[in-house]
Amino acid sequence: MAEMMYWQGILRAHDEEMARDPLVFAMGEDIGVAGGTYKATSGLFAKYGEQRVIDTPISENSYTGIGVGAAMIGARPIVEIMSVNFAWLAMDQLMNNAAKIHYMSGGRIRCPFVMRVPGGTAHQLGAQHSARMEKVFMGISGLRVVTPATPRDAYGLLKSAVRCDDPVVIIEHESMYNLKGEIPDEEFFTPLEGVEVMRPGKDVSIFAYNISVHWALDAAQKLAQDYGIDAEVVDLRALKPMDRAGIAASVRKTHRAVVVEEDEAPVGVGSEVVAILNEECFFDLDAAPVRVHALDVPIPYNRHLEKAAIPNAGEVVAAVRKMLGR
Amino acid sequence: MDATDQKRLLREMLFARRFEERCAEAYHERQIGGFLHLYPGEEACAIGVLEKARTGSDYVVTGYRDHIHALKSGMDPKALMAELFGKETGCSKGRGGSMHLFDPDVHFMGGYALVGGPFPLAAGFAKAIQLRGSDEISICFLGDGANNQGTFHETMNMASLWNLPVLFICENNLYGIGTAIERSTVEINQYKRVAPYKIEAAQCDGQDIDVVMDHAEKAVQYVREKRKPYFLELMTYRLRGHSMSDSGAYRSKEEVEEWAQRDPIGIYKRRLLEAGVVSEDEFHAMDKAILDEIENEIVRFAAESPEPRLEDIARYVYTEKEAGSHG
Repeated sequence: MAEMMYWQGILRAHDEEMARDPLVFAMGEDIGVAGGTYKATSGLFAKYGEQRVIDTPISENSYTGIGVGAAMIGARPIVEIMSVNFAWLAMDQLMNNAAKIHYMSGGRIRCPFVMRVPGGTAHQLGAQHSARMEKVFMGISGLRVVTPATPRDAYGLLKSAVRCDDPVVIIEHESMYNLKGEIPDEEFFTPLEGVEVMRPGKDVSIFAYNISVHWALDAAQKLAQDYGIDAEVVDLRALKPMDRAGIAASVRKTHRAVVVEEDEAPVGVGSEVVAILNEECFFDLDAAPVRVHALDVPIPYNRHLEKAAIPNAGEVVAAVRKMLGR
Repeated sequence: MDATDQKRLLREMLFARRFEERCAEAYHERQIGGFLHLYPGEEACAIGVLEKARTGSDYVVTGYRDHIHALKSGMDPKALMAELFGKETGCSKGRGGSMHLFDPDVHFMGGYALVGGPFPLAAGFAKAIQLRGSDEISICFLGDGANNQGTFHETMNMASLWNLPVLFICENNLYGIGTAIERSTVEINQYKRVAPYKIEAAQCDGQDIDVVMDHAEKAVQYVREKRKPYFLELMTYRLRGHSMSDSGAYRSKEEVEEWAQRDPIGIYKRRLLEAGVVSEDEFHAMDKAILDEIENEIVRFAAESPEPRLEDIARYVYTEKEAGSHG
């Protein structure tokens, strides 16, 4: 077990998979000679060469499509999009081709395509570098969408995604690349489906994903220390397909649910989880589920406004206390 | 090319024409639904180019006017017609339809509805071929309208930059849906538009299959040997509408009639008649045999095939492997 940073987990997964299979290759803006904006591909260019670690022009839609085409005949591309806002430009190839080719070919063509992209707000990057697009990706049939909250899963999800025969979008986070955590020394794979209980508890289930897992864990600690509330923190991790049974299982135990997302509330992870609770375990609920979410505004530049736009651990604590009346 | 091959090519073009005409009938009879884009008038393009490729081995991709590219790539016409009828025996198991034919067994990698969408896919096949170090090439057929998409420029740049073995065939039929090329595009000579990307290019008649084959042979050889892209523009014309719902208001009867004089089947038939390769009687016998085959084997197969089962509606959303598994 070694302590590594989130970016190092991603790098290790790339390296292991590229060493194992000569048809695994990486593409993206500045990922090669420059080593990657987030260092997640650093050193790979020197090791594997320009044919397999490709610095692309700034043409997101078409290099995504090139990855999709290569995947259709058996290669295993890992495409990095520098910022999630730029993925809008690649939506045609991702949504019309990658997500649909297996289905519309009657299962005859597989598309083992991986897109890695940092999402979320970071540090005053403005509205065009702070999008949270999970709501868009998770609405597309045929895609898998996963979001690592830890260095371990940043490694393990990429490993699984490269080996998966379906197109997978991995949403990382601009603010988490330097996050430290334990990664086992031996090879392992984080499943592309299923929730993970990060902290067991009995009073309330806090559902989170990506960076909001950390807000939820901080909140749970404070709730335990200051208010005697035993919160369960559930990392949703796979946003598509979402683990309906895993979500319901936690609420059958705690009977209360709070969903924490960095995204704006209208249409998204929170509304989907609440709908699942309605459909799967409505009569197990002792209180109406609550969403903690970003304001419905383009992310402002000003640091005070930016901070006010996105939720934090304090808002989670307040939501749980209000729900429990404590 | 010997007489046997010449007769075969004439038969392939005639078969393509009759197949498409039968599709139009089936559409009016509501056996085929959705959108239907037919190829009459352009037969020499797909058939001429792919005659010079290694079909079954080279990778082929195109847009939504894809029936004949699929057939010439080696797709079973019964599987094609069954797909149009939406049947489980169709090449895409009834999930694709006319615009989404697939047959990876013969490396026909699909028809696509988004104009310009296949450009990067074709370059992606070439990228995978490059990684494997094999000698196939990728062949992308699209119309002139596709060249006004960003994917055209982005893909030409990367294909040239990375020396990808991809042959771009531009079937220039002078209209992007119902808008004439000179009304949508500054440079109407499409082959000139790849010059900034330093891609070798040529333009030729797309109605005379001998001319098409001559240019295609050179183009295929260039891509296969130099492992670099090539762009070939074929000047052609569709004798029917863009799709089955086409008012035709954007072009004159005289223009259509003028191009009908240059029907690729007519041109080739006249040449073979003059050379004594085929007689009028043989041609009529050929036509009758084709019509019989289409009606009694192909349409019959499609009509009698089963529909997909409703309980299978969610199959193929993901690959059929244990969820989240790997290796």
